[in-house]
Amino acid sequence: MGKRKTPGLNTSSMADISFLLLTFFLLTSSINTDQGIARRLPPLLQNQEKPPEVRERNIFIVKINSKDKLLFNGEIGDVRNLKERAKEFLGNPQNKEDLPEKDEKFIKGFGETYPVSKGVISLQNDRGTSYDMYIQVQNELTAAINEMRNELAKNKFGKGYADISNAQRDAIDEAIPIAISEAEPKNVGGN
Amino acid sequence: MARFTGKKVKETPGLNMGSMSDIIFMLLFFFMVITTMRESSLYVKIQVPQGTETSKLEKKSLVSYVNVGVPQESFQAKYGKEPRIQLNDQIADVSDIMQWVELEKADRQPADRPYITTAIKADMAVKMGMISDIKQELRKAGAYRIFYNARKGVRQ
Repeated sequence: MGKRKTPGLNTSSMADISFLLLTFFLLTSSINTDQGIARRLPPLLQNQEKPPEVRERNIFIVKINSKDKLLFNGEIGDVRNLKERAKEFLGNPQNKEDLPEKDEKFIKGFGETYPVSKGVISLQNDRGTSYDMYIQVQNELTAAINEMRNELAKNKFGKGYADISNAQRDAIDEAIPIAISEAEPKNVGGN
Repeated sequence: MARFTGKKVKETPGLNMGSMSDIIFMLLFFFMVITTMRESSLYVKIQVPQGTETSKLEKKSLVSYVNVGVPQESFQAKYGKEPRIQLNDQIADVSDIMQWVELEKADRQPADRPYITTAIKADMAVKMGMISDIKQELRKAGAYRIFYNARKGVRQ
């Protein structure tokens, strides 16, 4: 008996099969990068505890009513101006009397003190406000804080906020905190 | 001399396809690894609002999703046309959130529990009353880290 040669496997269809699998995964996969705005909720206030008193110059009230119209400190405002107003309020570059006080605070990452604004943006919305408007307002406030952080990072470290190290970023975050306070929900304008 | 004059027909050799499947397999594995199958189907229609200052959601394994929106057409007979909340794979009420948060906590390692983030994926037409109720429940449950899902947009 002579030895038979085993015939080689025909693998030319292998590529087709794996192509099929590949296209399946290509179609079903979604590299879903969830984008959005991160926030921290405050703990619930205990009944006997009084909310901390804030001086009038240290607070900037943004109200959104059920028709999605805005009030800044009692005056009618537009969402397009909100970023500039928030920056002016939180930064208070000319140390004006009617804008927030500053607290000289030692920040480890800087190795020196930095005047941290005592300003708080108070965001109040109605139950009838649309979620879209609320996110737009949150977005503008975030934009104001992000721009200020970026400017400070360039000043202190010579690089943008996105390019500095984590420790440096913590220092910047300490110097410019996200000072947004949300009021307990109220129903004013109806649904 | 005759051997040099013999005619030889030159044929172009066929391409060797042997390594093709290896390459395709490599691609296949790449996509298999990065792919994330959607765990639960959505019962509610959601079109998230747009924002320019969005950031990426980190640590997917520590995120639980609250979906808010109007039920899809095929489920409207069952769940109505008003915006509803979907927790994981079922429609729920605001009052179910606290219990759900506890369940989500129990699923995670104790060391990771403080870092659990609740992503609120809500339709842009939903009223803030509903969102506020959800936020109050999350505060009661001690889930303080939240994330508003939004699309990335460009500032005009």
